[in-house]
Amino acid sequence: MNERKLLLDIQDLTIHYETEAGRVRAVEHLYLELGYGETLGFVGETGAGKTTTALGVMQLIPSPPGAFKGGKVLFEGEDLLAKSEAEMRSIRGGKIAMIFQDPMTSLNPVITVDKQIAEMIALHRDVNEKEALEQAVQMLDIVGIRPERAKDYPHQFSGGMKQRVVIAIALACDPALLIADEPTTALDVTIQAQVLELMKELKRKYNTSMIMITHDLGIVAEICDRVAIMYAGRVVEYADTKTLFERHVHPYTEGLFNSIPDLGEDQEDLKTIMGLMPDPTNLPTGCSFHPRCPYAVETCSRETPAFVEVEPGHKVACPVRAAAGKNGKERAS
Amino acid sequence: MEVWHRMKRSPMAVIGLVLIIVLFVMALFANVIAPFTYSKQNLVHAFESPSSKYIFGTDEFGRDIFSRIVYGARISLQVGFIAVGISMFIGGFLGALAGYYGGKIDNVIMRIMDVLLSIPSILLAIAIAASLGPGLFNLMIAVGISAIPNYARIVRGSVLSIRGQEFVEAAKAVGSSDLRIIFKHIIPNCTAPIIVQATLGVATAILTAAGLSFIGLGIQPPIPEWGAMLSSGRSYIRDYPYMTLFPGLAIMITILALNFVGDGLRDALDPKLKR
Amino acid sequence: MTKNGTLVEVKNLKKYFNTKRGLLHAVDDVSFRITKGETLGLVGESGCGKSTLGRVMIRLLDATAGEVHFDGEDILKYSPGKMKELRKRVQIVFQDPYSCLNPRLTVSELIAEPLIVNKVFRDKASMNARIRELMETVGLAERLETVYPHELDGGRRQRIGIARSLALKPEFIVLDEPVSALDVCIQAQILNLLDHLKKEFGYTYVFISHNLSVVKHVSDRIAVMYLGKIVELSDYKVIFTDPLHPYTQALLSAIPIAKVGSKRDRIILEGDVPSPIEPPEGCRFAGRCLYRQDRCTTETPELREIAPDRFVACHFARNLKRGGK
Repeated sequence: MNERKLLLDIQDLTIHYETEAGRVRAVEHLYLELGYGETLGFVGETGAGKTTTALGVMQLIPSPPGAFKGGKVLFEGEDLLAKSEAEMRSIRGGKIAMIFQDPMTSLNPVITVDKQIAEMIALHRDVNEKEALEQAVQMLDIVGIRPERAKDYPHQFSGGMKQRVVIAIALACDPALLIADEPTTALDVTIQAQVLELMKELKRKYNTSMIMITHDLGIVAEICDRVAIMYAGRVVEYADTKTLFERHVHPYTEGLFNSIPDLGEDQEDLKTIMGLMPDPTNLPTGCSFHPRCPYAVETCSRETPAFVEVEPGHKVACPVRAAAGKNGKERAS
Repeated sequence: MEVWHRMKRSPMAVIGLVLIIVLFVMALFANVIAPFTYSKQNLVHAFESPSSKYIFGTDEFGRDIFSRIVYGARISLQVGFIAVGISMFIGGFLGALAGYYGGKIDNVIMRIMDVLLSIPSILLAIAIAASLGPGLFNLMIAVGISAIPNYARIVRGSVLSIRGQEFVEAAKAVGSSDLRIIFKHIIPNCTAPIIVQATLGVATAILTAAGLSFIGLGIQPPIPEWGAMLSSGRSYIRDYPYMTLFPGLAIMITILALNFVGDGLRDALDPKLKR
Repeated sequence: MTKNGTLVEVKNLKKYFNTKRGLLHAVDDVSFRITKGETLGLVGESGCGKSTLGRVMIRLLDATAGEVHFDGEDILKYSPGKMKELRKRVQIVFQDPYSCLNPRLTVSELIAEPLIVNKVFRDKASMNARIRELMETVGLAERLETVYPHELDGGRRQRIGIARSLALKPEFIVLDEPVSALDVCIQAQILNLLDHLKKEFGYTYVFISHNLSVVKHVSDRIAVMYLGKIVELSDYKVIFTDPLHPYTQALLSAIPIAKVGSKRDRIILEGDVPSPIEPPEGCRFAGRCLYRQDRCTTETPELREIAPDRFVACHFARNLKRGGK
């Protein structure tokens, strides 16, 4: 029984793009849950549909090629898909904020950083320009940037510092939900560590719920409470972090874990999945993963697997492995 | 090719293309299409207004203007394409050298180009045509040379951006010579901006040639170059406006058509480049 | 091959670039040896000079000073003619599978390039046979011969790059971040491929990457670079279990580990990676080092062999004390 109150509840979301090459099934019947104060890791490889889902929540899908084909996005109990553009504008930045992968292009190069934060504040709060700038400098301090640098331009900062500014903008209005799309992928390892520590600290301080989109399971282990694994437009496995790492069920999840070289032991060959992510304009019938799945049986090519609970709080979209792994599957560690 | 598909979407580009094809047909089959030769004089019928026999009327020597316009297409297209050919190959080669080697070679070549560019191209063309003397061939050379810097600039820019790509490094890593890298790897990847410039360049070349002929350089009578026809019709513009109207229209339509095609090509090629 | 089976020896190699803001010390006095058949991992963050080092080692860039001995001879002194010969023995695989292939050439033409340039075959038939052989070796289906790179995914493109580098039967291959641009599953496929190739053909690799778990998987020894210098060089296991240089320690502690509940002492470095332009005196890492002492800012530490086959560039290795200055 799911008693926890859900901040975000995505039900059966489908988003398609109509392009010259055909219909791109970016997101297909997607289910996702996020509780208050939780950090959800949203994991998948390129083309799985993670960014499209995030943009879908924010209603930022460009509308001629993209279209919502069904489902609901319940935020604080209300369906975002039913809201008008004006209502969404007040939600964006105010209640839901998003940060992107490349800090280089997220910041306006001709406006000083304090003004960029102040702009966000002025949009959502009833303050005058001076107050907004003051609050902006406070935000910079919170993310670890000294006030002397408030009037600097983005190009004067390094990659890690720029990402901090981006985080400051996102959190300026204390949003309930922060969506972070691969925020540290473009950063060096040591800088990534700094930024992750900052995000953890801010999360604690503000109790912001967060969706962390990433392909790095290490980051998931460090910062996320729950994980959703995405493949070809669907969530194929969902569990809390510990459960996922120790008792994952879906063959794709297994493949992902096998592909990462283990820092502990020596390995000969990496037991990876053969083949490629399917073309979203031409998805396989039945389960999208079946052509690459070592456990596939005949029904897999005919029936789309349902997303069912295998243990409390742990859902999988694979009837074959769900049945097989009734006693749990320990990952050799 | 997908470029073709995208071009088809722009109605202007398609219209332009159709007009250019018409022009080519006119040029190729001039002797079939034109009812008279371009030089046949018939003083009895001089200054006749457009009629069923002389569709566009006759000029001061009784020559059929329509036939002269049709033959004129040949001249214009020849000048346009050959002049552009000259500028493209010479300018392109110089630009490629400048972009690839950089340093002193780049400096020397581009400063020479700058000198050429500092002279308004039409004046440059006039100077070259005047010094070479009259004739169709000299006209083509003059127009061609005056446009060399444009192509040099464009190719240099393209080469600079491609030179840093890893596949150029890869070619070096397997031992390719510089010349091979320039011709096999870099230049084929620069064609898009050159094509666009060339298409628009044909229009400019035709216009420049018309201008030169207008002031008496280049084409010698009785060759029916549209600009020359415009020029000789000037004296009679009050009484016989059709003598300037039709050559003027021919020039205008041709230039417009080429511009439409050039714009369409640029738009069709651009999204591909962005991808 | 010289003593101990050393295939490559780098001595005091320097590569500086002239920039508007000053002299950029990309590679600053680097020395090490590579044994035939080994894989040397080269790790570091952006600006450390690893990519530049890889390119200077095979003379894709000209060195500012120093020597690179390949099979006993200093290749930095080779004439262009001898360099062309050398290209058959040393090759490179690039990072970005999207920009390292000429978009105008088909798969077959791309792989043919080294063969054509070096006039390896007299007739087309033998050349095509070799191309097919190479494609099979790297796992590219024969029907892809006439396909263009933009029609393929990153993994297949990288295989083309690998096939191209194998065409001339080299002995030594520099791999510059060969899997960084690839998704995790494809990455694993390519790593397996590189491993098989090495076992079958006995290549010597320099594997450049910023991803430590990948480097550990493939390397025999690992060199850690910081701002143009090698700060530590050891066996791949030892460097993870017993890192001696403070930067190595910080780097290792920064990697997020894909295991739940692993507690560790995170060393969070302050500040950013400083610029390689006109670097400071003394140890380059001193500014961010937790164990910094006075000597560190005045005297540059040399890369010393502190134990058999373990090299560190730190005055206080094994004697690190916090709270210096």
